[in-house]
Amino acid sequence: MLKQNSRPVSPHLQVYRLPLTGIISITHRITGVMLSAGLVFIVVLLYTIISGSESLITLQSLMQHWLLKLIYWGFIYALFFHCCHGVRHLIWDAGKTFDRETLNRYALIELAVSTLLTLSVFLFV
Amino acid sequence: MAEFTLPKNSTLIKGNTYKASEAATNVRRFEVYRWDPETQENPRIDIYELDMDDCGPMVLDAILKIKNDIDTSLTFRRSCREGVCGSCAMNVNGKNTLVCTKAIDAYPDTIKIFPLPHMAVVKDLVPDMTHFYAQYASIKPWIETQTPAPSDTERLQSKEDREVLDGLYECVLCACCSTSCPSYWWNGERYLGPAVLLQAYRWLVDSRDENTGERLDELEDPFKLYRCHTIMNCTDTCPKGLNPAKAIAETKKLLVQRKLG
Repeated sequence: MLKQNSRPVSPHLQVYRLPLTGIISITHRITGVMLSAGLVFIVVLLYTIISGSESLITLQSLMQHWLLKLIYWGFIYALFFHCCHGVRHLIWDAGKTFDRETLNRYALIELAVSTLLTLSVFLFV
Repeated sequence: MAEFTLPKNSTLIKGNTYKASEAATNVRRFEVYRWDPETQENPRIDIYELDMDDCGPMVLDAILKIKNDIDTSLTFRRSCREGVCGSCAMNVNGKNTLVCTKAIDAYPDTIKIFPLPHMAVVKDLVPDMTHFYAQYASIKPWIETQTPAPSDTERLQSKEDREVLDGLYECVLCACCSTSCPSYWWNGERYLGPAVLLQAYRWLVDSRDENTGERLDELEDPFKLYRCHTIMNCTDTCPKGLNPAKAIAETKKLLVQRKLG
């Protein structure tokens, strides 16, 4: 008999096709980490703003760069997405909206709402 | 600790290809995970081309055809061929299912068959279920009572009380859900996983069981129960159409309700 630990582990992430709910779940985790890291960035921004007009002007021109704009809007979208899925978790914790048929629909609603909220920031703020 | 890549002895190598005969016109390609414990080789993917005009409609029929006509060494579990025994659970095209109730035509193209994910492989498509069954035993899947049994009848249950068990008693413990759960992949040693937690809930809500308090005590654990992060792969993949994620949420609710008195 071969030892048990010589047995291979069957493929998992390599073969599993995550359903939309699974993709949203891991994205929720990733955005959570990103948003926490982003807080440090916000502190740096605030510090730059209060340390005088010169640094403020540098910051203003920096923020015109497309990459920083992308990060900025990505951050806002991540914030709304994380919030929407957080609400979803609250509803789940109440034991509601578990029906198989509705899972994808609610997932799409989350994505749509977080997009709309980001758009409304773009339009009204 | 979560390991996202496969260990060295588990990475896949190229296997053999078995072509269909020239005369076959309706050919489907099957890629099947193979591992032989008697060789020192890594797992491989064998490719079988099957003539669909000479094969039954289900994925299990194709696997049986491979074993009967092409390669007798192919090893897998199967029994009832109608989705009640739970033996033939496998990962087909990225989703766990019972291959006896899954039609070949449900898939558009090549069919890729793997053992249930993140399990120790005994041979080919046969995973080691020892730990899974031990976890099942740990939740005491039988009625526990305090009161003496009625002398003249069985312990009876009203129709309404029995209906509470619908959607729970149908579980055949095929482990499709548990092995679809990333949380079970990374913490399976301590997290009970959706199948066993659905069973635990089935005994929690059985009107005849009188040990609910102790059952809840057992489950109130950061790993056994609370590693469920509502990823929903379990409910998505269950070949019997059950909802383990909901059963877990209801269990969490029972614990909160108990605390609130």
